[in-house]
Amino acid sequence: MPNDLFNSFMTGPDENGRFGDFGGRFVSETLMPLILSLEEEYDRAKDDPSFWAQMDDLWEHYVGRPSPLYFAEGLTKHLGGAKIYLKRDELNHTGAHKINNVLGQILLARRMGKTRIIAETGAGQHGVATATVCAKFGLKCVVYMGAHDVERQAPNVFRMRLLGAEVIPVTSGRGTLKDAMNDALRDWVTNVRDTFYCIGTVAGPHPYPAMVRDFQAIIGKEAKAQIMKAEGRLPDTIIAAIGGGSNAMGLFFPFLDDKDVQIIGVEAGGKGVNQKMEHCASLTGGRPGVLHGNRTYLLQDDDGQILEGFSISAGLDYPGIGPEHAWLHEIGRAQYVSITDVEALEAFQLSCQTEGIIPALEPSHALAHVMKIAPELPADHIIIMNMCGRGDKDIFTVARHLGFDMSGPEGRSVE
Amino acid sequence: MTRIDDTFARLRAEGKKAFVAYVMAGDPDEATALEIIKGLPGAGVDIIEMGLPFTDPMADGPTIQLAGQRALDGGMTLEKTLATARAFRETDQTTPIVLMGYYNPIYSRGVDRFLEDAKAAGIDGLIVVDLPPEEDSELCIPAQAAGMNFIRLATPTTDDARLPKVLQNTSGFVYYVSITGITGAAEAQATDVAPEVARIKSATDLPVIVGFGIKTPEAAQSIAGVADGAVVGSAIVKLVEEGKPVPEILAYVASLADGAHRA
Ligand SMILES: Cc1ncc(COP(=O)(O)O)c(C=O)c1O
Repeated sequence: MPNDLFNSFMTGPDENGRFGDFGGRFVSETLMPLILSLEEEYDRAKDDPSFWAQMDDLWEHYVGRPSPLYFAEGLTKHLGGAKIYLKRDELNHTGAHKINNVLGQILLARRMGKTRIIAETGAGQHGVATATVCAKFGLKCVVYMGAHDVERQAPNVFRMRLLGAEVIPVTSGRGTLKDAMNDALRDWVTNVRDTFYCIGTVAGPHPYPAMVRDFQAIIGKEAKAQIMKAEGRLPDTIIAAIGGGSNAMGLFFPFLDDKDVQIIGVEAGGKGVNQKMEHCASLTGGRPGVLHGNRTYLLQDDDGQILEGFSISAGLDYPGIGPEHAWLHEIGRAQYVSITDVEALEAFQLSCQTEGIIPALEPSHALAHVMKIAPELPADHIIIMNMCGRGDKDIFTVARHLGFDMSGPEGRSVE
Repeated sequence: MTRIDDTFARLRAEGKKAFVAYVMAGDPDEATALEIIKGLPGAGVDIIEMGLPFTDPMADGPTIQLAGQRALDGGMTLEKTLATARAFRETDQTTPIVLMGYYNPIYSRGVDRFLEDAKAAGIDGLIVVDLPPEEDSELCIPAQAAGMNFIRLATPTTDDARLPKVLQNTSGFVYYVSITGITGAAEAQATDVAPEVARIKSATDLPVIVGFGIKTPEAAQSIAGVADGAVVGSAIVKLVEEGKPVPEILAYVASLADGAHRA
């Protein structure tokens, strides 16, 4: 199709940071000048080959990219339908996709002369990635983490402290990712002159959603080249789990204009989307609103008060979703579904048993949806699922849910 | 001319600085908050800043966060916040009310419906923390068209290049945020504030009121002395948090007002 007739999905956001009606810059005046200068710096870096050369070098030698695209033969056989490939971002240094983006933001922070880095974290993976890169570059690092998450992701808290970061437990609200982001924003407003806020997902004020997407898009770029090499054609379906939506946007973005590729985002359904708000499915169970600098779909009550989500997965426990996903949902380019805690736990175990891969609870949600659709699809239907994180951090949570006593001498199951 | 414009005209004529008091609607409960608000003009408050409770007040420190939480826990809503304004207006036709909060509850109600209801409830101006000039088309422009003041925050990071943009669609007064930070945090210093206020005043004829980090009558006096007035919020809300009786809260407000009016 000639370019000028082709209505691309890859041109957003506009100059106001909007994807359709979503996105924008809903922040206090104190932060506005900094956000504008970040946008300027990012625009400069984006067109600077030396910036990307540095990224490529770090991605290759520090992170271990490209991550493999792996034909999951065991899963494929077990499910008995579509051919399933896993994009192995769980093999990255620090164990998740988060570091792809952190490297980009920390290089920008260095370009801007910022000496103190703050971050919010849910599962702790973004916090660990930020603490890691800060350790490497000798930057001061402060991580805000909901008190509830500090408890359920204890190994990551220790990891961050080992890496020299200060971890601040956040007790406001229900003590999860949303509250951590509030306190990170409060820190930023207070220390705006020397501090860079390294946001861990495709949310926040413009330019964050676009910038984080661009850094994560390495996932989709690699996957596209890898599937062409393996199969000589594009996949039929690509699937990723969504907290804020960064691993999903990273996989999806390079495929947006490949109109035959079906795109599916999987939200955290918690105890079930029908049970009032015991889930984190912003698109399936929320409506548009403004929070944390952008307009997007949010879990909220009739009065516009934000609701706390609920999910077994700390990394998906967020009442919003990146604005580009809200837009892709509204225009119908991507489809969004939800998966419950119980279904995710089942997928978690299936991955261990059939592939020898212990997945994080977040991509377990994506896998649970693969389990639903793959058996119904023909053998020549190719699915790529983003295995965006490994499950080491989650074994305590999973053990508890499966009734396994890790403190006992033989780790016997408990009744 | 709004009640805000009238108030500054009166203060100018009297040669006085403005004292602005912030209280959270519905804190500690709807009835007590109304009682406090009704008592503010008598305590010397020139302009009432009424907080609209929100679950995620990103620019507020713990004191105002907890106030919003108390109000929400008690069932406070935007509708009830407007009802508080209406009830106040039954007893006071002249003291301006500025509604201060975050955009989502307003957006959720629908901007047009909100503006109509807020105006009918006797609200004179809006301060919406998460709406910078870049988002003026959302609420600022419609509010001005509806005859309501939209009061913008200027901050220490608002440099000369940006100042005109911040002032462009502002009306009523300019609210200078004296610190980079959240409400109730660091203490504002008159020596830091004075040149900043002068800088803003050289670019606008609007009154410049200073807030954030003013906690005592002495501070209210010194800050009001270098501006057109001072705002106190967290220090008042703290007394509500401590469960102080309304007369005691109003007596403290009166001491703050006296401080600002001495300037
Ligand atoms: C492994 C993993 N996957 C997914 C997420 C969710 O974030 P996003 O939707 O931005 O990829 C997290 C967040 O902590 C994570 O650790």
